[in-house]
Amino acid sequence: MHGRRTILAEGLMKNYGKTRALNGLDLEAKEGTVLGLLGPNGAGKTTAVRILATLLKPDAGRAEVAGLDVVGQANLLRSRIGLTGQYAAVDEYLTGRENLEMFGRLYRLPKTRARRRADELLERFDLTDAASRLVKTYSGGMRRRLDLAASLVVSPPVLFLDEPTTGLDPRSRLAVWDLIGELVTSGMTLLLTTQYLEEADRISVIDSGRVIADGTSGELKARVGGERLEVTVVHEDDLHAAARTLRPYAHGEGDVFVDAARRHASVTVAGGQRPLAALVRDLDAAGVEVEDLGLRRPTLDDVFLALTGHATQPTEDELGSSPLDDRPEKEIA
Amino acid sequence: MSAATTGPHADNSGQSLRSRLYWALADGLVLAKRNLVQIPRIPELLIFATIQPVMFVLLFRYVFGGAIDVGSQSYVNYLMAGIFAQTVAFGSMTTGIGLAEDLSRGLIDRFRSLPMARSAVLVGRTIADLVRNMFVVAVMLAVGLLVGFRPGGGATGWVAAIGLLLLLSFAFSWIAATIGLLVRNVEAVQPASFVWLFPLTFASSAFVPTSSMPGWLRAFAERQPITQVVDAVRGFLLDEPVGSAGWQALAWCVGILLVFVPLAVSLYRRMTAR
Repeated sequence: MHGRRTILAEGLMKNYGKTRALNGLDLEAKEGTVLGLLGPNGAGKTTAVRILATLLKPDAGRAEVAGLDVVGQANLLRSRIGLTGQYAAVDEYLTGRENLEMFGRLYRLPKTRARRRADELLERFDLTDAASRLVKTYSGGMRRRLDLAASLVVSPPVLFLDEPTTGLDPRSRLAVWDLIGELVTSGMTLLLTTQYLEEADRISVIDSGRVIADGTSGELKARVGGERLEVTVVHEDDLHAAARTLRPYAHGEGDVFVDAARRHASVTVAGGQRPLAALVRDLDAAGVEVEDLGLRRPTLDDVFLALTGHATQPTEDELGSSPLDDRPEKEIA
Repeated sequence: MSAATTGPHADNSGQSLRSRLYWALADGLVLAKRNLVQIPRIPELLIFATIQPVMFVLLFRYVFGGAIDVGSQSYVNYLMAGIFAQTVAFGSMTTGIGLAEDLSRGLIDRFRSLPMARSAVLVGRTIADLVRNMFVVAVMLAVGLLVGFRPGGGATGWVAAIGLLLLLSFAFSWIAATIGLLVRNVEAVQPASFVWLFPLTFASSAFVPTSSMPGWLRAFAERQPITQVVDAVRGFLLDEPVGSAGWQALAWCVGILLVFVPLAVSLYRRMTAR
């Protein structure tokens, strides 16, 4: 976190007609870190990314990426950034290799280097077997991988990923994160908007075109409150005993939440506690037969909900939930 | 932090005009290659683009031709120069449609985020369409020979005729590119193109002598670029006097390029700067 500042946005404003997309947005990220943008659809995440990637001009405010002004030095900046947007930006009627070679040439790499780089990327993204097939025959995940590969043709110092893992199967997603992790370790700055924000070093929460909170994932979660201790019992009859046992663990005046239909009791505990072992003993002493028991951390969705009073509006293409965090029950969030 | 003090300045000005032209062409050729390799991969596009002018050859050769008086020469000899010009004129629609298609896809965002010449998307498209148009004209020539076209021009005449058709094709592609950038809706580009292509192609000497038209129409027909190109190409191919048509055709094509290349490029840039 002590590296050079590679992304800086100050007071960015952008209107589309009467719609205010950005309303004085400030962002900052340092070399070798991941900055995540969290916010509902329409909060301005994509607009922010497009301005930083030189695709849009802000109406007011200024931004620098890799030390270059995104408006005045856009052309110089373009050779130092990679961008993967929400929609696959590859050519359907070219093969995977032809696509990467073309982008390499357009990044002004000499022919042989463009070809070598294409082969390297195909290998890393597990596309070598499909390299000579037209992209229109690719599956959604393959297209997504090729799209990511295209944004890494020149190993840019700053990479923008707008919902990059949408449509990737878990194996591809992990492979992509491994690769991105390596690049960040070697000094690349990554700005990303995605639901899998647990990967980010710092997160800026955006609502209505402004940053309403920022910090590490842990800091933001601490603002929502501590973790939840949850118990599922085998016999419904035991539920009251379980609730009684849980009560002393509650943080402050927190109540025990009981869901009889799911034979489930839970309570918010103070952060940093490690009460599991003690609770197991207490439940045992109370004669409660336990089916499941755990300490659940709040998710970033809960953070967003707590900060804004409305949800991040999951879209239809968010397949499943984040594998990286366990969700508490929505009804108690 | 040090960079924070660097004020914004136009980084384009740092490049010389020569280096900018070089990269516009180099990047344009990379994209022309992209557009060209796609042609055999979407064969139906080229097949129908070829069938349409073949139908025009047959229509005018066998249906209307007999009723059109072109003086001493055979109508098919008169017709083919018109067909060639019509083929490249209508073929220019591909540029507008292809561009509108590119603009409707995510791919254009990637192009915009790359350090490539802004004009390359247009240059690549128009060069590829030039090559493609020449292929269709070659097919038309073969069809023409099959239905009785007997050109008489020498090698110089052929070179001049082909050169002029290439130039017309390129010039019209840039008009079509401008239309494509203005309309931007793939379905709307074709009808929008007919609005200017139809009068230019048919109110010309392509299919009938302009002397058969009423005075007001004739005034238009004799002063517009298709007539000049058709008259010149016809003269070159049939080894007849070309008169001033050659120079006028050349002037028209160069003039169109001088207006529409900068116009299309600035439209494209402005869209980029939204």
